[in-house]
Amino acid sequence: MSADVIIRAEGLGKKYTIGHATDRERYVALRDVLARGARDAWRKTVDMARGRPIVAGDTVEEFWALKDVSFEVKRGEVLGIIGRNGAGKSTLLKILSRITEPSEGRVTIHGRVASLLEVGTGFHSELTGRENIYLNGAILGMRRAEVRRKFDEIVAFSEVEKFLDTPVKHYSSGMYVRLAFSVAAHLEPEILIVDEVLAVGDARFQMKCLGKLSEVVGGGRTVLFVSHNIAAVERLAFRSILLQNGQVIANGPAASTVSTYLRTFKDLPAGWINVETTPRKYLGTRQAVITHIFLDHGQSLISRDHPIIFTLRSKIIDPINVMRVSFTIFALDGTPVGSGFSNEMDVSHHHGAIGHRVTISAPGLAPGRYYFGIAIGRGDHTSGHVDYDVVFDCLPFEVAPPLTKDGVLSFWSHAWGPVLFTNVVLTADSKNVGADAA
Amino acid sequence: MTDDTTPGHGHVLILEPGRADRHYWRDLWAYRELFAILAWRDVAVRYKQTVIGVAWAVIRPSLTMVIFTVVFGRLAKLPSEGGAPYPVMVFAGMLPWFLFSTILSEASGSLVGNANLVGKVYFPRLIIPASSAAVALVDFAINFAILLSLMVWYGYWPSWRIALLPAFVVLSMLASLGPAFLITALNVKYRDFRYIIPFIVQFGLYVSPVGFSSEIVSEHWRFFYSLNPMVGVIDGFRWCILGGDSSIYLPDFLLSLGVVAAFLWLGVTYFRRTERSFADLI
Repeated sequence: MSADVIIRAEGLGKKYTIGHATDRERYVALRDVLARGARDAWRKTVDMARGRPIVAGDTVEEFWALKDVSFEVKRGEVLGIIGRNGAGKSTLLKILSRITEPSEGRVTIHGRVASLLEVGTGFHSELTGRENIYLNGAILGMRRAEVRRKFDEIVAFSEVEKFLDTPVKHYSSGMYVRLAFSVAAHLEPEILIVDEVLAVGDARFQMKCLGKLSEVVGGGRTVLFVSHNIAAVERLAFRSILLQNGQVIANGPAASTVSTYLRTFKDLPAGWINVETTPRKYLGTRQAVITHIFLDHGQSLISRDHPIIFTLRSKIIDPINVMRVSFTIFALDGTPVGSGFSNEMDVSHHHGAIGHRVTISAPGLAPGRYYFGIAIGRGDHTSGHVDYDVVFDCLPFEVAPPLTKDGVLSFWSHAWGPVLFTNVVLTADSKNVGADAA
Repeated sequence: MTDDTTPGHGHVLILEPGRADRHYWRDLWAYRELFAILAWRDVAVRYKQTVIGVAWAVIRPSLTMVIFTVVFGRLAKLPSEGGAPYPVMVFAGMLPWFLFSTILSEASGSLVGNANLVGKVYFPRLIIPASSAAVALVDFAINFAILLSLMVWYGYWPSWRIALLPAFVVLSMLASLGPAFLITALNVKYRDFRYIIPFIVQFGLYVSPVGFSSEIVSEHWRFFYSLNPMVGVIDGFRWCILGGDSSIYLPDFLLSLGVVAAFLWLGVTYFRRTERSFADLI
């Protein structure tokens, strides 16, 4: 109960309601159809009368995005929040920013909060850079006088002086992001809440943003931030909390929380995994759902030249013509490494369960640990795509470092990134040597 | 812990489920700059994007006026009000009606249209439909200019009562905002409500005394007729603009006022009750 606690969260919980389609019996009798329709209509009417949202699907399930979360933040402290996709980080920030209301528990905040959950919220493409600075400033809670006072500073930081009176729809994405971040960087609240905004812009601008954030931190302001960038968390945060499945599982110095976080990846199960009832972070159309997934090698180390093969079983719920599997591979710290789309297969004669095997023949991954996000759907990045169902944070695996000639494990630095380029060829070039060759 | 223990910072915020925010109206006032800038954005974008924007604001009411004058004035030979030329009487009724219908349609989609804001930033959500109503005021100003030129054309001079017009403009805004808030909030939860708007607008145009004078409604129906809040508002506009013996029935007008107040209360109450869950639904 010390006086300098600026944020106190006690037993916070946030509940969402999601709908599921249960196994649909074939509509053989009109009576069944009518009965089901009437039941649905009755439920929806009751929901509406009680002021609850109408949820699609036959059965309704409650899903706790956050459960019993308690922590304190002291004035001037920098708190990092880490956790895997769907762990509840964004939900927590949304509650603290007053965007959504907790379902239980309570938060006490002593001071003015500004939250930055997205860069460039409310930017309008038809308006000029100058107009958008005022608009975005107001949205982030700055007074017009405050924006006017900092205007030159914001413009200088963004490096878009020349295009200030051009509608932002003509900006390159880099310019757009720089301008948006610059406005946000000049916020001066007592408490700043930031969600994953360091992942914007080119590397040079990212460094500049990190510098600015360190400056904010140095200025004695209280900062809460979510990042997948483990290095940034370790560098900026004094303390961090680790969320898993909506609960705080570690709360302490940043370095120790980060190592706990990295260890949680080992706990992912191997073998056939039933994912049918796993809560989905993104709901697809659910015309088909993934029920089981299986990584052929289990969790065992995969040699770098070996193809990665996984198998999945799905259940077709509504008639669909085609199905493809797409996937994203994530590095252990949550950075996406790359994605792929399979060819589409004709499934128009199937209903019920169906199995597929996916082979990634030359992944080219550097030694290290990774995990998958897997989706079934149709279409790809060239044709536009629709996902029937998406499963995140599954099938962890490790790419083994190759053995050296002496039979010891070789070294791979994380600073070199997750891709190992092979067939790198060195040839002699006598034409461009210049005068020295003579 | 009590608030006294906090050194030097009076601003304490408590977030709890179902906690009605005690500082709602103070917050709304604190965010007035955001309201102004969002209203300015809507207006700027609307007139930046389309050359037709202004032309459309002129063509739509003018054509409606011509059609109503021909159908009700010439074909049905309905009487005008206060000795005013029929087109002037129609236009005086169309001013509040278009204000109402524009506010209703602009506001109802405004929250869904600003979903990115609602999901990422806190502010009293009432600001969004309210600021989108500002666009309707710009259209209103254009319509008013048309009316003035119409009156000059007919050589029709208003009485001193036109000085009271601003009060009736405010009244018609209030009459529009009540249903607008209600439908905006409902539209977030149940997206089908957007299909109701064109119906209300189309149906209401004929149910309200826009193309004709409310004086032609027989005595014993007038009470029920005045349950339509736009009846009082339109009568008020005509009373201001059309001089002479254009009259206003006070009991019916008060009834309309009551309905306006009831809708406003219902709209704001329902909006406030549901706005805490907007971000989860949108």
